Amino acid sequence: MDFGPHLLLASLEGAVGAAVLALTALGLSLVFGVMRIVNVAHGAFFMLGAIVAWWVADALDAGSALNFLAALIIAPLAAGAVALVAERTILRRLNYNPESTIVATIGLLYVIEQVALMTYGPDARPVEAPWDFRVQLPWFGYSGYKLMVIAASIAVMLAVWWGLTRTRIGLMMRATQFDRETARAFAIPVDKVYGGVFAFGAMLAALGAVLVVPIQQAHYLMGNDPLLLSFIVVIVGGLGSLRGTVLAAVIIGMSDGIISVFFTPTLAKIIATLVVAMILVIRPKGLFGTQSA
Amino acid sequence: MMLKVENINCFYGRTQVLRDFSLFAEAGQVLCVMGRNGAGKTTALKSIMGLVRPRGGRVTIGGTDIAPLQAEEAPRHGIGYVPQGRRLFSELSVADNIEIGLMARGSGRQVRESVLDFFPVLRERLSQRAGTLSGGEQQMLAIARALCLEPSVLLLDEPTEGLMPAMIARIRDVVLVLKNRGVAVILVEQRVEAVLQIADRVLFVENGRSRETLKADELRKSPEMLARYLGVGA
Repeated sequence: MDFGPHLLLASLEGAVGAAVLALTALGLSLVFGVMRIVNVAHGAFFMLGAIVAWWVADALDAGSALNFLAALIIAPLAAGAVALVAERTILRRLNYNPESTIVATIGLLYVIEQVALMTYGPDARPVEAPWDFRVQLPWFGYSGYKLMVIAASIAVMLAVWWGLTRTRIGLMMRATQFDRETARAFAIPVDKVYGGVFAFGAMLAALGAVLVVPIQQAHYLMGNDPLLLSFIVVIVGGLGSLRGTVLAAVIIGMSDGIISVFFTPTLAKIIATLVVAMILVIRPKGLFGTQSA
Repeated sequence: MMLKVENINCFYGRTQVLRDFSLFAEAGQVLCVMGRNGAGKTTALKSIMGLVRPRGGRVTIGGTDIAPLQAEEAPRHGIGYVPQGRRLFSELSVADNIEIGLMARGSGRQVRESVLDFFPVLRERLSQRAGTLSGGEQQMLAIARALCLEPSVLLLDEPTEGLMPAMIARIRDVVLVLKNRGVAVILVEQRVEAVLQIADRVLFVENGRSRETLKADELRKSPEMLARYLGVGA
């Protein structure tokens, strides 16, 4: 294949990775932005989304499209429910203390992973894509499902942006983000906002996982790479900045995809980490960061 | 009696900040709370709002004890709060800050319009980020946001702090208008001359305890009280 088409293929692969990464990192960024919590269990919610998707598809057995559609609805709800229980029973009791919640979410990560290992097992299992068609380009054919992943991710991100900037719930979330005490003085139920944001962040991660599981397969350790990349994206984008998170996800996801296609995935990770280090040397608060970390 | 605080005790960790603290506020009256720095004035307002949970005692509004309620319930009982340092949502627009005030009690467009009529300068800056307003405009916005709750009790914590004389006079006028509308105003203020102009009663706070309450006329005749509780002359 010539260089041009090869680059286009690599870019498409990178865009798919960027789309899933943006969704996952958006959840992490929301949780940090509003609650000031570094949620190390975010990768576990990603994994949970993929595993529940497999369970739903396996149990339903109603054809690939219906299986996938059901998984797309049930898996994020399941991850959100687990996150909500964790927020009520663990994080709230710690009064959302930044240091304590890091330790607590590390513990939560291990608990969820081990429960997944005990119940789902160590095997990697695929969920069938809802359809199997290829978009035929002049140089190669490309998976229509992967293009749908990109479109779905863009649609979800636009919906999140709309929700945050155009709805009352979004206004409550932003007010809570900027000043928790004053928000309370204006009847904003901060505890409920926190519970909702933590659950929603987990749902975004799970949604990303459901989208990717027909491409990558579900495995009980599959959340570790997205967790690491999401942290990198959130830090590079600027802690708490959703705009920065999306831009950083595109940059890192695309570069990871392109370098992986032309060279190796390991080299892609090395270069991505070096780029992150360089960006943080030049802009310590990230691309759009305004608050000190 | 609109608002009554009876014998509350408040703590920050193990440090007791308020001790058997009491006050009351009447409709259409301004109660000024005065005391030295660290006396517990701001904590008193926060305890009324439920932002600092009192241990023991009662905070009643219209006969309902609101002390056991969550902080977010206080605004629904008609208490508006203008915190020290304004505490605007500075990254949000003027319109968003006002919307947050309206949402607190489900107030509608009519309230929004009347508040903006009260502070016309804010109407011109609705899309501007609150943090970019001048100090005086920010204070206007902080008061406007609280008025969106249509409060029967308004708590103002040092609203004239750091403002120019013309803006201080404007805030005094606003307080007087609210008083004439029947709002019970509790004002924490350090400026003696401002207090004497608008207060009906003055409560002195010392080491977390509510001490003497004087009528403004009595205070004018007893400047030694100012020296005793504030270390200043009238």
